[in-house]
Amino acid sequence: MSPSVPLQEMIRAIRSARTQCEERGVIQRECAAIRAQFRQADNGGRSHNLAKLLYVHMLGYPAHFGQMECVRMIASPRYSEKRVGYLGAMMLLDEKQDASLLITNSIKNDLSNSNQYIQSLALCTLACMGSAEMCRDLAPEIDRLLRASNSYIKKKAALCAVHIVRKVHDLGELFTKAARSLLTEKNHGVVHGAVVLITELCERNSETLERFRKTVPDLVQIMKGLVISGYSPDHDVAGISDPFLQVRILRLLRILGRNNEAASDAMNDLLAQVATNTDSTKTVGNAVLYETVLTVLDIKSESGLRVLAVNILGRFLLNNDRNIRYIAMTSLQKIVGTDHNAVQRHRGTIVDCLKDQDASVKRRALELSLALVSASNIRSMMKELLSFLSSCPPELRSQTASGIFNAAERYAPSQRWHIDTILHVLTTAGGDVRDETVPNLIQLITNTSELHCYTVHKLYRALLSDISQQPLVQVACWCIGEYGDLLLTGECQETEPVQVTEDYVLDVLETVLQSHMSSPSTRGFALTATMKLSTRITENVDRIRSIVSIYGSCIDVELQQRAVEYNALFKKYDHMSILDIFPELFLDKVYSVKLSFAYNNNVQSAGLSPPLCGVSQVCDLLDLLGGSEQPLQPSPALGSAAPPIPVSAPNTVGGDLLDLLGGLEPTPITPGLTFTYTHNELQKQETGRLTVTLTASNSTESDIRGFTLQAAVPKSVQLHMKAPSGDSLPARGTAKVTQMVVLNNPNKVV
Amino acid sequence: MNNVATLESAHDPAVSESTGILRLQGLITGLQGFIWAAYKMMRFLLLFSRQGKLRLQKWFTPLTDREKKKVIRDMMMLVLARPPRSCNFLQWRDLKIVYKRYASLYFCAGLEDKDNELLALEVLHRYVELLDKYFGNVCELDIIFNFEKAYFILDEFLMGGEILETSKLAVGVSMEEADTLQETMEEYMSKPAY
Repeated sequence: MSPSVPLQEMIRAIRSARTQCEERGVIQRECAAIRAQFRQADNGGRSHNLAKLLYVHMLGYPAHFGQMECVRMIASPRYSEKRVGYLGAMMLLDEKQDASLLITNSIKNDLSNSNQYIQSLALCTLACMGSAEMCRDLAPEIDRLLRASNSYIKKKAALCAVHIVRKVHDLGELFTKAARSLLTEKNHGVVHGAVVLITELCERNSETLERFRKTVPDLVQIMKGLVISGYSPDHDVAGISDPFLQVRILRLLRILGRNNEAASDAMNDLLAQVATNTDSTKTVGNAVLYETVLTVLDIKSESGLRVLAVNILGRFLLNNDRNIRYIAMTSLQKIVGTDHNAVQRHRGTIVDCLKDQDASVKRRALELSLALVSASNIRSMMKELLSFLSSCPPELRSQTASGIFNAAERYAPSQRWHIDTILHVLTTAGGDVRDETVPNLIQLITNTSELHCYTVHKLYRALLSDISQQPLVQVACWCIGEYGDLLLTGECQETEPVQVTEDYVLDVLETVLQSHMSSPSTRGFALTATMKLSTRITENVDRIRSIVSIYGSCIDVELQQRAVEYNALFKKYDHMSILDIFPELFLDKVYSVKLSFAYNNNVQSAGLSPPLCGVSQVCDLLDLLGGSEQPLQPSPALGSAAPPIPVSAPNTVGGDLLDLLGGLEPTPITPGLTFTYTHNELQKQETGRLTVTLTASNSTESDIRGFTLQAAVPKSVQLHMKAPSGDSLPARGTAKVTQMVVLNNPNKVV
Repeated sequence: MNNVATLESAHDPAVSESTGILRLQGLITGLQGFIWAAYKMMRFLLLFSRQGKLRLQKWFTPLTDREKKKVIRDMMMLVLARPPRSCNFLQWRDLKIVYKRYASLYFCAGLEDKDNELLALEVLHRYVELLDKYFGNVCELDIIFNFEKAYFILDEFLMGGEILETSKLAVGVSMEEADTLQETMEEYMSKPAY
């Protein structure tokens, strides 16, 4: 072999460049020389120029100007030029380039060349970068080559056909017959190509699949030949005869035997034989066994064979080689749904793999462990998972945390255990949990009323030790706000109580409020908690007031708004039942609560002129929703002109909607705007339909313009509002606005 | 382009866990992001050195230059960061990555989801054996200075992402004959080879 001198000199020059800049300089000079030479007429050095260009391309520099040169070289009669030309075509051209179409003709000519190596170049290039049009053009040629040529060309033509079928599915029909006949060849390369082609055809088209089912006996025969045959130096790899072909045949058998009893039966014996006879000390033997196991698990095999397959996977799990353990877990993951018990038997080994050093193995072990958690093993599995969480690599943490939460939710043996587990996760990996964890945990805590004392104690202690994990701090603040009184009583049955004074508790909350580590939403939680404590403690209310009023001028708009509102609440009310303990929550059924209620109220009481009558309408809303507990005027409906009386909201209001607000009593509205509404009680009870007339009049000194009524009802009630008579209320009650509202309660829901 | 891997940033969650890749079966259209053809055994084969220099790249699926560069960068980053005796398999996007280190070169292949990883290790090993037989005790320099021969050997062994010839002997014979053909023609034309 004569060395390629000019090419090698260039390579040496590039390698000896000491800096990136120097290298770029060398390459630019060379590329300029190459470009100049390309433009010249045919000289002897064309191929070595192109080779140099390809080297430069591999280093990452642009080489598109070589594309036309490739096209020219491919058309050259010299074999060396063709070789490099085709190599260049495979590296520089792909089907998206226009230049690729230009080589179609050359490929066509070369496919019929007398020299098989030239034919093989063309086949190789077509299989590498042939576009759909090229494939369509050349498919008949390929078919011809499949039938009538030597085995060297046949095997290449087979894989070229595979490429064509992948690009243009319809052409699969063309190759079916030829593929069938190729299976009978002796040459392993040809048989391998045929198997790949048949696999491709079967995967694309179910009719073809049916037709090829008949080949199962032939395939079984070939496979048996390979397994039983003696040593063949040509194809032997560590004692296994042609493992590549064996694996391909097994894969084809898998496709043919899927969902088909007859085919699966035909291959049962063979699979059992391969599974038992294959030597599994080397990787190659394990590769064949692996493929066998996958096939057995996918077809309709008999149960004995399935057990054998799962046992092989179990053996893989105990193998020292990490690769083998990895693939064992990958396969077990696939069957954990269907053969759950079989996989459970290996749970111990899988859990041990959690402690492996390798990151890939750890990941697989984690996924599989999470899939294996069940009601019976939840406690032990959770112990393992929690210890894994504290030592696992950072990219696996959020997956572990969410897996633990899911498992805990489904299989928690007791509420207390559930809460403990979640708290443990929050303390170890609080930064990696998902956002909905906090509301979910809050819901869980609210609904376990017997453990409130225990929970608040635990959270208080956690908060004392560490305030950096945001989800934990949020939940802890919320709990202290809700159940702070339990903390202060100094008694607890399930755990040792803390002896704290109100000051300590407020200190903790203030620390959270002021800490740099707290996110804005966490501070919101802390502020609300502080506020809630004002109803639960007795002595330090002034301190709370001062904290809250400080935040009235906070830069964070959200905190400022809250502080201002809470301040207003303080000024207005002695007892704020809005801050009472939440009842049991069902998060998916909560309606959106109109907390603006309180806001509007306060705005009014602060003396601001009410722009619109938001509050009063909500007062009416209360009545409407509560079913008519307090009919104000039991007179017939429709346009009564009863004298306006000030409406005061009822004392008790029904409906779960409003329980959350407690019995918040709105101020009677300032005299000026008056509402009446009337309805017919009898009508309502009979048909479940209520027609309400609203009349509004304005007795203030100024006009009110743009007056609109809004109403909201629970889902069980249908609301139909008719058009109002007008939208402006002139001063001093000179005119009224009426509006009719029809409420339909077809299911008579109370 | 000397992409030296940054070893500290090897555990990039965006790379190893992203799954949102479109896959079209059959025809490939040029969309943004990576579009892979379906059902090939191997999507690509890369050889690169410990210092992050690419020595061979074979793509069995059409990608734009930009996409190829991204894949190369990602592969180098992932593979070069692996500790010595770790598992040879990785998950990257929706592909399985199989890699093996031979002396100073890393051989890295990207496989489909349904492929047999252990067999892919054998394929890489077989390729190394073929190179060894051809060059006689192959080392990285052989592959650098005779890269076109490495490609020719690969083309006799794999085609379209599938194994072409399972016999070591047959590959050796075809390479010899092709080289003889080349030399004969060159001698005839009395010009040097490259």
